[in-house]
Amino acid sequence: MLEHYLSLFVKSVFVENILLAFFLGMCSFLAVSKKVETSIGLGVAVTFVMTITTPVNWAINNYLLKDGALAWAGLPNVDLSFLGFITYIATIAAMVQLVEMVIDRYSPKLYAALGIFLPLIAVNCAILGASLFMVERDYTAGESIVFGFGSGIGWFLAIVAMASIRHKIRYSNVPNGLKGLGITMLITGLMSMAFMIFSGIQL
Amino acid sequence: MAEVELQEAVVKPREKMFSKKNMRVLKEPLMDNNPITFQVLGICSTLAVTVQVRTALVMSLAVMFVVTLSNVAVSLLRKYIPSKIRIIVELAVIATLVILVDQILKAYLFDISKQLSVFVGLIITNCIIMGRAEAFALQNSPWPSFLDGLGNALGYGWILMTISTFRELLGSGSFFGLHIIPHSWYAAGYENMGLMVLAPGAFILLGLLVWVQRTLTKTVHE
Repeated sequence: MLEHYLSLFVKSVFVENILLAFFLGMCSFLAVSKKVETSIGLGVAVTFVMTITTPVNWAINNYLLKDGALAWAGLPNVDLSFLGFITYIATIAAMVQLVEMVIDRYSPKLYAALGIFLPLIAVNCAILGASLFMVERDYTAGESIVFGFGSGIGWFLAIVAMASIRHKIRYSNVPNGLKGLGITMLITGLMSMAFMIFSGIQL
Repeated sequence: MAEVELQEAVVKPREKMFSKKNMRVLKEPLMDNNPITFQVLGICSTLAVTVQVRTALVMSLAVMFVVTLSNVAVSLLRKYIPSKIRIIVELAVIATLVILVDQILKAYLFDISKQLSVFVGLIITNCIIMGRAEAFALQNSPWPSFLDGLGNALGYGWILMTISTFRELLGSGSFFGLHIIPHSWYAAGYENMGLMVLAPGAFILLGLLVWVQRTLTKTVHE
């Protein structure tokens, strides 16, 4: 059992990295990867929120939305799965708000570090993407926690690596048209190629 | 209410529907202010659905539908939305439209909807749509907002079509599912470029496209 979770974790961090293999969360990846410190902050915040929202959306899907999920309320024939998207995004927005308030109350230090990133996260496609993948692949409760956490770590790795590389090439002589977005995309391509080495790894 | 409308009418004479200003709103996002290559929005779906031209076309149409209608809806509601909760209102409008698209695709184009998988749902968090609602529709009347949405969707669409054409042609030797590269080439040792079908190919192609476009329009970033 533990092996299964470990294998899923490795898969979601390296083999099927949510950013480098599925392109999710590119917008904030490109916008916030200019400095290493800020990218660490955003990476931690994303991991944190993803680990919470994926299992919460799992519960919502399994006890409220799925075909026959309302059997516990005496309504076995109700299928609310078409409400999926709007429910997930509302849950994510609400969870982000909640997390923000809880951190603010109990750990002002962490809040000072993560605070400005939290509102950004509500519209980060990686978060919604993790929930949608979880639904599509029919994960169990345990798997959804591991998958959410693993995907977050994968995203964290990618953005921190990117920020470090961008820091390194700051004074390189890049052709004018390639500066900014162009060179970043090329580097991401190379990084994604490097991550493909992991494909086929099984524990 | 009627008085207010009258006053507005006096202050602002009615603009023609296709006035120069409106046409600029439509044309600007195509090249000079392209949502993908200049505003750097909506990259995720750009890359994920461009393995085949067919999926890219369906995605472009879906985004066009959502962005024009959400722009119009937000613009119609702009005087009634309290600014504090505007983001959640915009999200609700967008999510509703995306659900519509998803149901339509599932009903009439089931194969493609399976191929697009989670990326239909991810139109909700496509930054272009949110960005246009925030930046344009909240300040402008419905007609220019409609044009702005259409322009941005077209700007998004042509980049998608370009990337997917290259990826499908080089990666699987076909276009719209039709085999194009002649068999004699394969016999002569030509091989499909496997990299184009995979993720790195998409990143590198977009990087090169941005390079070409920025060199042509002579924009220097940062």
